[in-house]
Amino acid sequence: MKKIITSKGISRRDLLKGCITVGAGLAVGAGFVAGSTAVWAMETKHVTPNEMATLIQMSRDIYPHDNIGDQYYAAAVKGFDSAESKDRVVAGVAALDAAAQGNGFANYLSVPWEADRANILRGMEQSAFFQTMRGNLVTGLYNNKEVWPFFGYEGESYSKGGYINRGFDDITWV
Amino acid sequence: MSAKFDLNDDGVVVVIGSGAGGGVLANELAQKGISVVCLEAGGRHLPQDYQNDEWGSFGQISWLDARTTSGDWRVAKDFSGLPSWIVKAVGGSTVHWAGASLRFQEHEFKAKTVYGEVNGANLLDWPIGLSELEPYYDKAEKKLGVTRTNDIPGLPGNNNYKVFEAGAKKLGYKQVHTGRMAINSQPRDGRTACQQVGFCFQGCKFGAKWSSAYVDIPQGEATGNLEVRTNAHVLKIEHDKKGKVTGVVYADKDGNQHLQKARIVSVAGNSIESPRLLLNSASTMFPDGLANSSGQVGRNYMRHMTASVYASFEKPVRFWRGTTMAGIITDESRHDPSRGFVGGYELETLALGVPFMAAFLNPGGWGREFAAAMDTYENMAGMWIVGEDMPQETNRITLNHAVKDQYGLPAPNVHFDEHPNDVAMRNHAWRQGAALYDSVGATQTYPTPPYPSTHNLGTNRMSAKARDGVVNKWGQTHDISNLFVSDGSQFTTGASENPTLTIVTLAIRQADYIAKQMAAKSI
Repeated sequence: MKKIITSKGISRRDLLKGCITVGAGLAVGAGFVAGSTAVWAMETKHVTPNEMATLIQMSRDIYPHDNIGDQYYAAAVKGFDSAESKDRVVAGVAALDAAAQGNGFANYLSVPWEADRANILRGMEQSAFFQTMRGNLVTGLYNNKEVWPFFGYEGESYSKGGYINRGFDDITWV
Repeated sequence: MSAKFDLNDDGVVVVIGSGAGGGVLANELAQKGISVVCLEAGGRHLPQDYQNDEWGSFGQISWLDARTTSGDWRVAKDFSGLPSWIVKAVGGSTVHWAGASLRFQEHEFKAKTVYGEVNGANLLDWPIGLSELEPYYDKAEKKLGVTRTNDIPGLPGNNNYKVFEAGAKKLGYKQVHTGRMAINSQPRDGRTACQQVGFCFQGCKFGAKWSSAYVDIPQGEATGNLEVRTNAHVLKIEHDKKGKVTGVVYADKDGNQHLQKARIVSVAGNSIESPRLLLNSASTMFPDGLANSSGQVGRNYMRHMTASVYASFEKPVRFWRGTTMAGIITDESRHDPSRGFVGGYELETLALGVPFMAAFLNPGGWGREFAAAMDTYENMAGMWIVGEDMPQETNRITLNHAVKDQYGLPAPNVHFDEHPNDVAMRNHAWRQGAALYDSVGATQTYPTPPYPSTHNLGTNRMSAKARDGVVNKWGQTHDISNLFVSDGSQFTTGASENPTLTIVTLAIRQADYIAKQMAAKSI
């Protein structure tokens, strides 16, 4: 099972052939979810690509960082594609879709505005599913070293000798 | 050369814990030629092992044994199984501490007298005052190499401090500087100067910060009088028919149990484990637990009134760079009831990395408001608020018989309800912190709730009278003359200062007392 597979070696056009675009930046195909421009793709084994796409969209709606690509949210929820998580995911996505339908949408992924999706999430904020997803994201997203540059955070500094000669007191605006 | 003592050697002093209290006591006794067995529940992690990685380090050194919480404090909701953020390792929480080393003020030893009756608060004066501790504070500051004492220069201010200091001055605060820190501003004691790494909480990889893990413990071992046993988790303290303690039962890393005999036992497992151990040592003779004739063991749990203020600015601050807590304002650390509360608080610089900021900025928070705050991370400044909280009898450590630890013993439950004085003080501090950052152009400020407790205090309180507390002014239990408490659980009240310097001070003083009593054969 590959982590995040990229479209290297396979043309984006080929990858997206037969895909259905769901939500703003996601496409699902047979056994995988991809960015709609196919810069990344992720195979799914236990949950359906559509369910995984829903988890990815939900993750973005929980912590919406517009400069962080879907692949990082996908990496954060990848662990839910497992035999032990399958039932929770199926039930959770069904609950999300039911809530979306209650608001007049076909399903969660087809709700066009973030504010409306956030309202749906707020309605299930106390549920175990939401809490599990949010709790997992706190580390799954923010503890991913690859997203730290988006926040300007530099991570470990010991190997570089700390900041004593690298700008611990370099601001001049104050 | 580390000593090696026999389990049946009943002449040793057994010290339970190796942090600011236990680690210092063990070393000080060993320096005096006294045989000491120090039992440490955790492993030995040294600077080369520490990780510049918040969650990685958390998993490596934190005390993560089963614990439960109750009460109205927000930690019970957000971190129900993690009431405290303390360390299980040689050095205890001196691995994790930020290094702020402040003396208590005279009035803080006399909270009951100075503050008067505070409804719902179990205030009590300490049986000692500042003048009695001053010579020992001197020794502690020398040991720790505290900046701005003993002609040691202050640390340089980092970016976070620059914002903090500018705001403090705009607000009219007079007492602002880079702190009295047990972090070398120049090489000292065989350890290097601070390299501004920015991971003080994860253990100082340069060893510039004082920690008993790599200062007192090896010094004690070098005397040949100290044996430290790691992964040795004490389960029970035993006593004889006369009511004197005789030794301790501990589990080794494989879970095998051993009985180490002792002439004297000192408990220094931090304010949750120390009372828990006394309670778990209940016997026919002491059905409510050891040293608990007053019923005060586990009560008056204090955690300091804490909170944080973070603020976003138009331009980068990069507050994660450099010493985490080298910045303090002490103007609010005074007793001035006109502010709407008794006691006072300190404002200290603080920064978290992205992983911990996500976990602690607004626990449970999500959505665009939360993400927008995180998006400004590079432009954030931050401070921690630490003030005196009110001791309350009902805030206490009890045994939760429904939850067992890995040894089958009841887990500690930590109950904490906030006192109205704590709430009023926090609201005042949040306002002051936000005003400080607003005065230097903050675009947004975030009043952040308390983290799991790092300052755990008061659960074996010191008292002049046996009926009011657990230990006397030497940390010796009122009930059992050869049983001592050597950590922050001795604190009668919490004061507004970070507690480590005072814990170290009391341990140095206690070592003198124990040595004299042993020489006089009174214990």
